[in-house]
Amino acid sequence: MSTATEQSTVYRPAEASLNAVLAAGEQPPRPGALSASLTFGWRAMLKIKHVPEQLFDVTAFPIIMTLMFTYLFGGALAGSVTEYLQFLLPGVLVTSVVMITMYTGVGVNIDIEKGVFDRIRTLPVWRPAALVGMILGDMFRYTIASAVILVLGLILGFRPGGGVAGVLAGIALLVVFSFAFSWVWTMFGLLLRTEKSVMGVSMLVLFPLTFLSNVFVDPATMPGWLQAFVEVNPITHLVGGVRSLMAGTWDAGEIMWTLIASAALLAVFGTLTMRLYNRK
Amino acid sequence: MELAIETSALVKVFGTTRAVDGIDLAVPAGTVYGVLGPNGAGKTTAVRVLATLARPDGGEARVFGHDVVREADAVRARVSLTGQYASIDEDLTGMENLVLLARLLGHRKAGARERAARLLDAFGLSDAAGRQVKQYSGGMRRRIDIAASIIRTPDVVFLDEPTTGLDPRSRNQVWEIVRIIVAQGTTVLLTTQYLDEADHLASRIAVIDHGKVIAEGTPGELKSSVGSGSVHLRLRDTAQRPAAERILARTLGAAVQSGADPLTVTARISGSDLVAAEQASRALAELAHAGVTVDDFSLGQPSLDEVFLALTDHPATEEVPA
Repeated sequence: MSTATEQSTVYRPAEASLNAVLAAGEQPPRPGALSASLTFGWRAMLKIKHVPEQLFDVTAFPIIMTLMFTYLFGGALAGSVTEYLQFLLPGVLVTSVVMITMYTGVGVNIDIEKGVFDRIRTLPVWRPAALVGMILGDMFRYTIASAVILVLGLILGFRPGGGVAGVLAGIALLVVFSFAFSWVWTMFGLLLRTEKSVMGVSMLVLFPLTFLSNVFVDPATMPGWLQAFVEVNPITHLVGGVRSLMAGTWDAGEIMWTLIASAALLAVFGTLTMRLYNRK
Repeated sequence: MELAIETSALVKVFGTTRAVDGIDLAVPAGTVYGVLGPNGAGKTTAVRVLATLARPDGGEARVFGHDVVREADAVRARVSLTGQYASIDEDLTGMENLVLLARLLGHRKAGARERAARLLDAFGLSDAAGRQVKQYSGGMRRRIDIAASIIRTPDVVFLDEPTTGLDPRSRNQVWEIVRIIVAQGTTVLLTTQYLDEADHLASRIAVIDHGKVIAEGTPGELKSSVGSGSVHLRLRDTAQRPAAERILARTLGAAVQSGADPLTVTARISGSDLVAAEQASRALAELAHAGVTVDDFSLGQPSLDEVFLALTDHPATEEVPA
């Protein structure tokens, strides 16, 4: 009757082939925790393949951040851009990647909204696998963002004293912390109703956390009460750790502090996330 | 008779709304069980509890003897859920979605691809395998959703409003698929807003309203409790309406309702479909004999609204709790 010829109009359920599929064989054993998590990580990779625009926030955003802060503060604070860059780049790297972690929460929220989560939650797999896999995919994004910033930094004149090993160790520390920190956002993604409110809360948490730290200026210039906050802010210790690794001076105290903070974040927010995930 | 699903006094509360308010169900294994009700009646919430997605606030629910709260994992290993609220990933292709789920159910790489390809073929989606699901038509979308639910042949499939929003042809395809799945021994719990859908597929139906089961039985039992249908007349001349009402009341032995439109007359018929058709044709002959001019005549199955009117004295309103 119409000229539109779409496949669904010619499809007739074929009893024989459907029966064959339904009757097919024994059920495979349930996959392990790691295998299930990696499968969900593969899903995150597929999403990047199909929607490459989502890499915009791990490429363009860090570039703008780095250029903006280098030239905005460089001259005023350190007298020279190149000199300031040695201090600033690890901090901008941390700020950019930590800010990108909030998209984990947005992703969780979209999955819930679209109903994908409900199907996943009825699967007999290790419960945290879906979220772990999602964050594994995000770790890939964090690594891309780090590489972009580093290359730009090198072009602008950043010369890390720690060499290749120091830089890689610094990025590794940052990615480990970001993995743990992402669980804050999975919690909010499950807790809040809309994508917009997840973004709103993220900004509310991220701005004070990244700016009230030692990223841009030396805390010694701040009033006492602010120094007290900066001192307990995990971002401060992360930046201290990454800076020392990239400079080749290995500040064991800051690195230790960052790893302890990561473990604590994972323990607290991982648990809260899984409680919400199971209760939802 | 083995029970696939069994609930007793099941309750789920959202804030002050009792979305599920003491539901008892007993679904025999290997059958299609219809849960019929308007939007917001509590159908989807009940299914979510049974599929381990929501915790009940009271009562018990078991799937093949496994408690949905205490033995959630055992339940998950036996059920699968398809519906507007449990969907596959629109950004991925049909193939990728099925491979992903097959991998999560334990298939190895090659096995997962093979299983996915066979399913796509059986559902007539081979040509669309490499396209993103968001580009699928409504009917194709529903088929891939169902395909995703039988990657591992489940003991129970929950189909939550599987044909809402589909054109008649796609709807018939879904019905046919459901029949084939059940013939293989899987139990299907189907929620629907359409009486004719429940009538076509289900061997038993529970009618749900405001979180409660207000009627339960075979489609035949339900329809006879409501009357098997209604006769609708549209007259040419309002002056002939009293005569038409008299004739219908006499030949059908049923209550006659006069609509707001002065040209229409409606009467409910009881008894089986066959009797109804016979009575209706006799009424039509009597009307012609009496010289009443009828412009339009229809014999319809009772609509969900009529079922609700008969069972609850209120129409199937569109109340959706938050």
